[in-house]
Amino acid sequence: MVNGKRTLIIIPALNESGSIADVVGEVRGELPGVDVLVVDDGSTDRTAAVAAAAGARVAKLPYNLGVGGAMRLGYRYARDHDYDVAIQIDADGQHDPRYVPKLVDLLEDSDLVIGARFAGEGDYNVRGPRRWAMVMLSAVLSRVARTKLTDTTSGFRAANRRVIEMFAGWYPAEYLGDTVETLVHTARRGFRIRQVPVAMRKRMAGTPSHSPAKAMIYLGRAFAVLTLALIRR
Amino acid sequence: MKLTLVTGLTGLLLLATIVELLRRRQLREKYGMLWLAVLIIVIPLSLFPRLLDNVAELLGVASGVSLVLFLGIVFLLLVCVHLSWEVSALEEETRTLAEDFALLRAQIDADRAARDELVSSDG
Repeated sequence: MVNGKRTLIIIPALNESGSIADVVGEVRGELPGVDVLVVDDGSTDRTAAVAAAAGARVAKLPYNLGVGGAMRLGYRYARDHDYDVAIQIDADGQHDPRYVPKLVDLLEDSDLVIGARFAGEGDYNVRGPRRWAMVMLSAVLSRVARTKLTDTTSGFRAANRRVIEMFAGWYPAEYLGDTVETLVHTARRGFRIRQVPVAMRKRMAGTPSHSPAKAMIYLGRAFAVLTLALIRR
Repeated sequence: MKLTLVTGLTGLLLLATIVELLRRRQLREKYGMLWLAVLIIVIPLSLFPRLLDNVAELLGVASGVSLVLFLGIVFLLLVCVHLSWEVSALEEETRTLAEDFALLRAQIDADRAARDELVSSDG
């Protein structure tokens, strides 16, 4: 329970046996009374076993579906088990669970709350094409959602019952679809989206990529996904 | 004459292949019928390549053979697009199945854990 609401923390994880135990442990320590569901997205290491040992419920996909696939499974679980709030947290430990009550608070008068970097709290710097992609996505999606969104690809989000219901039936599995396209879809259906500034931490395991070529490809794909999302119904 | 023999035999061989695949139930009817229909058009053309010359002239194409080539490529492109579409639908179906499977497995694990707890608290 967070603020009297039945809350499920959904952690999509792919080969995160190095950090998943700490992440699950921290969430359970900071937020007593919430349920944690780790969706193992076809890991080849011991992610599922480690997560279960740390006290999480585990849903193990038979093969890799991508973050979107793992998240639809999480939302289906939340719907089937009658949760009021479903919160997505990354398995690499960059999201601080102490922000969760803040996200849940904002669900009082909105349907989907995003924990956003670049919104005043913490320090996080990106440059080059990756930065241009983020600027483009924020500008367009802020218009579509009629609210200021600075970190549209954030994997730190809270959804209320109505959005859980929608995501359980529809959640794209394609690259960037799970963040960008879901925002367009949600805003177009009249749901209210809000963001909360959060500080991101260093990942506990794994490293982000910094190659300029990859950043360019990222920009292209972000543009393609956004255009497609806008011309879809 | 030699060319007619080569094209005609190729057509007949393809026909035999499709019929055999259908007979062994290796090919769904919906695809088998499509290829049979194509072969029924192609085999006469392979025996008498001049058949389409009149139609070609009407469309401004120099020879009937070029027209067949053009139509063949357009048709194959459409078939490829159709197959991509079918694969997309299949992926959506297998995704749903994978999710159902994971949910069921999670449920079974939860039930087993609850039962074990009950047994250990009894004993």
